Amino acid sequence: MQIALFADIHGNRQAFEACLKQARDFGAERYVLLGDFVGYGADPDWTVTTAMELVDQGAFAVLGNHDSAIANSREQMNLEAKVAIEWTRGELGTQQRRFLAQLPLRQNDEDRLYVHADASNPASWIYVISTVEASRSLAFDPAQITFCGHVHRPAIYSMSPTAKMTAFTPTTGAAVPLLQGRRWLAVLGSVGQPRDGNPAASFAMLDTKKRELTYCRVPYDVEQAVAAIRKKGLPRWLADRLFLGQ
Amino acid sequence: MAKPLHEPGVVLDGFRLDEIAHQGGFSAVWRVSRPGVSTPMLMKVPRIGEGTDPAAIVSFEMEQMIMPRLTGQHVAKCIVVGDFAVQPYIVLECIPGKTLYERLPELPLPYAEVAAIGVKIAQALDDIHRQHVVHLDIKPSNIMFRPSGEAVLLDFGLSHHDQLPDLMQEEFRVPFGTAPYMSPEQLRGIRSDPRSDLFALGVLLYFFSTGVRPFGERETIRAMRKRLWRDPVPPRRLRPDYPPWLQEIVLRCLDIEPGWRYPTAAQLAFDLSHHDQVKLTTRSERMRRDPITTVLRRRFNKDLMRPHQPALAAHLSSSPIIAVAIDLTEGSRAINDALRVTTERILATLPSARLACVNVLKQGRITIDFTLDEFGHNKQIERLVALKHWAAPIELDERQLTVHAIEAIDPATAILDFARANSIDHIVIGARQNSLLRKLLGSVSAKVAAEAQCTVTVVRPPPTSQDEAAPATDDVSLSSAG
Repeated sequence: MQIALFADIHGNRQAFEACLKQARDFGAERYVLLGDFVGYGADPDWTVTTAMELVDQGAFAVLGNHDSAIANSREQMNLEAKVAIEWTRGELGTQQRRFLAQLPLRQNDEDRLYVHADASNPASWIYVISTVEASRSLAFDPAQITFCGHVHRPAIYSMSPTAKMTAFTPTTGAAVPLLQGRRWLAVLGSVGQPRDGNPAASFAMLDTKKRELTYCRVPYDVEQAVAAIRKKGLPRWLADRLFLGQ
Repeated sequence: MAKPLHEPGVVLDGFRLDEIAHQGGFSAVWRVSRPGVSTPMLMKVPRIGEGTDPAAIVSFEMEQMIMPRLTGQHVAKCIVVGDFAVQPYIVLECIPGKTLYERLPELPLPYAEVAAIGVKIAQALDDIHRQHVVHLDIKPSNIMFRPSGEAVLLDFGLSHHDQLPDLMQEEFRVPFGTAPYMSPEQLRGIRSDPRSDLFALGVLLYFFSTGVRPFGERETIRAMRKRLWRDPVPPRRLRPDYPPWLQEIVLRCLDIEPGWRYPTAAQLAFDLSHHDQVKLTTRSERMRRDPITTVLRRRFNKDLMRPHQPALAAHLSSSPIIAVAIDLTEGSRAINDALRVTTERILATLPSARLACVNVLKQGRITIDFTLDEFGHNKQIERLVALKHWAAPIELDERQLTVHAIEAIDPATAILDFARANSIDHIVIGARQNSLLRKLLGSVSAKVAAEAQCTVTVVRPPPTSQDEAAPATDDVSLSSAG
């Protein structure tokens, strides 16, 4: 089975549409949405509505910290993110807000675990940025492969049977075999706000038969996404950073 | 002793274990067969169990990841990878024959034979480097030859793949390899430099041509670390008749600084197969090792030379071999000037590139060609001189430039063969402007552009006022006149 995985869409309609089209072309049979549907971008309502449709058709979805902040004003965030969330609250309809409020923090799917951040304490939204957090997250759940987002930069961690950790930055388009002999944690890049210096939207495809994970990059209409953010009067940096991929 | 996991006759995933071919420290290798498959096959099964060296498992995992991604004549074809947590295995094509290790009793070998072996291994290295892999364990027992002559590299358990997680590096952080062949940078823990394989090949060439290992056989870290500052005894000191070109090549491979070695395996193969054109530096004349002051400087000022580490793919693409086909007949001045302009543009951003200037003299199918022309001049040498003269304004280092005069009945085929045999990355060729000649002889550049396996640039001279009046006669265009 071909599984398409998306994280950190952040209301960027142009980026998400481009990734969904690419995933369909790659033959995606299942969709996994790893949280942060809203915040930063100009089309939160469309994004959540699209996610709801996908979930109706069998997609998996988990909660991100920005999604949680819609109903929960105690979530800690930087100033720009806060402004964006305040605006987003006034954009989402009842159904969309209800959909976000009932999302689980974690979901298991066969030998896979889906979560937005570190799985050991998901409501604390800890960034998995090194083997330290990766090993803590892997120790929590016995799933062979954990998928998360939150960091906005692609990375693959593995743990050997003797609990030795490895870290690796995947190359776009090069399939990485997730060997059975060890456990894996894949941090996805961001669909809607990449921060690894490459402005192209990021998602991943998992081939469950071959057990291979491929990170994909999709160029999309950044100008339109930027113009939409500016038009809504959101902080300028949220628009400008999309050009830079930072 | 651990209980053997498998016995002859056992069938594993459809493969029948016939007999043990090799029992290594990390794994057992079985000859296997399968109904309906006639190719001889080997199955590699790692030793897993109590007391197994963790490196054995990790190195097997690296092979599991790398082997299915490698293709071509220079590796054993990977038939299937069984990835099971309990019992992983790899089934590979069985290469008939013996490894280079079997030839150790014959050392030293004749110089020409060492060079010929070196060319084949360097071509194999070039192939795997282009597939994003650094082997990191090049030694005689990991090299075989197909009946057709190509070198086959074995055992990728210690290798590094540019696009896959490096489990060896991450888990152990100590150098793995074979002591006599390990490069200085490998000892420092760097696993991503393709020039480490050129160092190992240099060790092999030194050993095969002198019968002596340049850095000995000792395996302690202390003994191995000596090569970080101590250069080997020059081969000429061991064998007075050692050819200077071979010493130049071998010592360049063995340079402590990766940046001072050949930039790519293809460039090394090129020098080994055109040794009459190797630039002879002081390396070729050396009779003794570096003075103690140099050794002490290396020993205690290690940071003077910071190793620069470009990504594997970027490194290879910055060091191409470019072949330019030059017509030396009368009236080709305009096209030759245009060829030079284009060649200069291509070389401008590529300081490690090298340029091979090729001239093909067309021979008649029946007539006998004489080496000397009617005035008694050696035509071959005249052509080489003319090629050097053409290249002089580009001001290349002697090491970057070679000239080749070839005789052939079919010039296009000769250029294509030259490109294939020398791993040429880019051919620059002029389009023949004279439409009458083209009609009579066919278009050389069109055939080269259509059939070459590398990039081809077809160059035309700038139009003259005369040309503007008449429609352009164009060598490679697909118009009805072409």
